[in-house]
Amino acid sequence: MSKNNSTPENTASNNLGSWRFNGPLCLLKQRAFLLSSIRGFFAAKSVLEVETPILSSAANTDVQIGTLSSQSIVESKEHSYLRTSPEFFHKRLLASGAGDLFEIARVFRRDERTQLHNPEFTLLEWYRLDFDMHQLMDEVIELIQYLRVQLGGAELTIESTSYQELFERYAGFNPFDISLSSIQDQCQAHGYTGSDLSRTEALDFIFSIVIQPQLNMTQNTEEGNQAVDNNQQAMGLMIYHFPIEMAALAQAHAELPDRCLRFEFLWGGVELANGYQELTDAIEQQQRFEQDNLTRLKLGKPTLPIDQNLITAMTQGLPECSGVALGVERLMMSLLGYQSIDEVMGFMAENS
Amino acid sequence: MSVYSTSQFKNGLKIMFDGDPFNIVENQEVKPGKGQAFNRVKMRNLKTGRVIEKTFKSNEKVDAADVIDTEMQYLYNDGDFYHFMDPNSFEQFEASETAVGENAKWLKEEDICMVTLWNNVPLTVDPPNFVELTITETDPGVRGDTSGGGSKPATLETGAVVNVPLFVPQGEVIKVDTRSGEYVSRVKK
Repeated sequence: MSKNNSTPENTASNNLGSWRFNGPLCLLKQRAFLLSSIRGFFAAKSVLEVETPILSSAANTDVQIGTLSSQSIVESKEHSYLRTSPEFFHKRLLASGAGDLFEIARVFRRDERTQLHNPEFTLLEWYRLDFDMHQLMDEVIELIQYLRVQLGGAELTIESTSYQELFERYAGFNPFDISLSSIQDQCQAHGYTGSDLSRTEALDFIFSIVIQPQLNMTQNTEEGNQAVDNNQQAMGLMIYHFPIEMAALAQAHAELPDRCLRFEFLWGGVELANGYQELTDAIEQQQRFEQDNLTRLKLGKPTLPIDQNLITAMTQGLPECSGVALGVERLMMSLLGYQSIDEVMGFMAENS
Repeated sequence: MSVYSTSQFKNGLKIMFDGDPFNIVENQEVKPGKGQAFNRVKMRNLKTGRVIEKTFKSNEKVDAADVIDTEMQYLYNDGDFYHFMDPNSFEQFEASETAVGENAKWLKEEDICMVTLWNNVPLTVDPPNFVELTITETDPGVRGDTSGGGSKPATLETGAVVNVPLFVPQGEVIKVDTRSGEYVSRVKK
């Protein structure tokens, strides 16, 4: 596979001015079938489908995520914000007593447009009461394998590995037992240039620049030059126990305080899902949001209104649960063996 | 000096790196759902032509390279420098032998070339894609043989040597593709 044949620049310009659905119309049927299969999977487990607001007066403060804003929806507020994930409303539902739930949610992220990103996309997000991280990881794998069989995909091997094992195997070091300067040296040896990376940034660099490309098995096989079915080569990888600095909304690990109960699922090196055993502590949640806004100020990014309704809901009591968000277009890409999100979407930012 | 943010990176953007001007030839944004985003960039050193791969942290700033491409008329070579003139401003520029390099053999006086200026000094010189040059030396032509079977070397007025069909005689003006160095056709006067 060559990165050149479908760089975002090429695909973006091809889409310009195109009124037509940019792709074979069978994609519409494949998507409809995929969504109904997802609904069937959750119906069988009595997980309730919900719909929650797309516009909110509060926003996601996550420093790395760009939010689109709109005119206000209530007089007392200046702006409203397009959701970057349905997560906050889901937690408010859980605190209200709703029980296991899922949503197929259109979400929006500013300035994201690459071979794997479009500013508007679909998240399948679901929450399971009393599930620990490992139970939800198992359910993600169960769903992926179920959908693969439904859509007639080739055999898929899925391995589970801790973040530490992943680094030891593909980068040759233990990320929990290495000095900052040693990781920084590794980053430079792999072509990093610019201001000094923090520990978290340096680990992110090794993860996405050094490790992820190695996980795209189509590039590594010896028969790579022959016409081989991508599906047969790609491997699924469940990665868990991320460093505590990358916890976001995940609980800390009870025995290993430098790690958290967060996992990611990758298929052929592409990130498909991100999940947590959820943080339920309202005070810690409030502190993490405030810390985000402080970091935003430092970086010259706009600060965003914290969702006080979520904080109140968590004060009232968010039940013990695990939750995960899965990119539906990337899932469809992987299931159908495509390399670019453009190939499954038809209407992209450029022609929408 | 102006600066670019990595969010402005695209193919063809000229930036400074380690004191040299570079041209971005490929820019890949790597953006995880959570965590730091990066720009993975392939860029060509405009002085040496070498392509290197580097990764920048997203939203960092880099200096812009003051590099512009300008069409200029080739005037003459004084033995040390190649002289060019901007036909709009009539300003003249001296290009070194390093800047002109291999392309010297295609430079014909009065032809319009693409001169890349860095801090107002010619960095590279690209001849037109097609040039018309007179054959100054070649073996006698084989009359009547226009079938194109076989070729012979011909030296052109600028010193370049190209293969031409056997029937093309000395003194003839021919059209040459400078990118491949191949004969295209005879030019009818």
